[in-house]
Amino acid sequence: MGRVSVAPVEIERTESAEETFAVPEPDVPWVTLVHNDPVNLMSYVAYVFQAYFGYSKDVAHKLMLDVHHKGRAVVSSGTREEMERDVQAMHGYGLWATLSQDRN
Amino acid sequence: MGGTFESMKGGGAAIALDEIEISILRSLAVQLLELIGPGAPEPAEDADPLAALFAEGPSEPPSDPALARLFPDAYGAPDGTGDKGVDPQELEARSAEFRRFTENDLRARKREDALAVVRSLDGLTPAGDGAAVLELSGELPLRWLGALNDLRLTIAARLDITEDDESATLFRLPDEDPRKPMVMAYLWLGGLQETLIETL
Repeated sequence: MGRVSVAPVEIERTESAEETFAVPEPDVPWVTLVHNDPVNLMSYVAYVFQAYFGYSKDVAHKLMLDVHHKGRAVVSSGTREEMERDVQAMHGYGLWATLSQDRN
Repeated sequence: MGGTFESMKGGGAAIALDEIEISILRSLAVQLLELIGPGAPEPAEDADPLAALFAEGPSEPPSDPALARLFPDAYGAPDGTGDKGVDPQELEARSAEFRRFTENDLRARKREDALAVVRSLDGLTPAGDGAAVLELSGELPLRWLGALNDLRLTIAARLDITEDDESATLFRLPDEDPRKPMVMAYLWLGGLQETLIETL
């Protein structure tokens, strides 16, 4: 009886090994990107970064300038769930935000 | 249209508005409410009270450009270049899922902000000439800030404002251009928003 169960166990192990291989690296962080747009006031964008993320006035101002001059800036990083929360908050404020996995 | 928000002693913001300004602001806020649409329909009396909590939102982006700007996709770059190494269809699927679980809440928030504007304007007691001083305190300054921003995003989508440059043709229209009043309103709302931020 014991020998009969050997083959299925080995097959299962092979399958789970393949699945593990397909999963992307779990420790690659996700980031929230805020994109430049011609409507949002610079003072408003900086205000949102201070109010929502709790960044200092200087940090918020620098991030706002990055958005304005470089077209976008990474404003937070973390798990995918955390970044979805941040993106939803940015959309609530009317900022144009997306999340992506940071592959750089 | 010269009024600006000023800080009040003890917190909050105040602005003197004339009759026309009050009327324009109210009309714009009502139009924003109509654009965002009604809330979820009232559930029937015998409906499961928990069902409303788990009601799913839409999965497709709005076709109206103003609504699409208020409720953008959460995945993929706005210029359509996508995301390095991620299949565009996969990005679309992720955006659709995000939208299903967030858009109803976002619409509710924006509706509440616009409603707060209408209610505070309706609560004014104008003088004989129709002018009044609007005082915002508590959560109202932030609700106004959100609504003013949503209004500017909406008008910008209607006017197809795509450049940062305020010297662009759009801002130097001749008086007879039919877009002129909307451009003036857009710039005026920007001034209101800017001075409201300074009071925070």
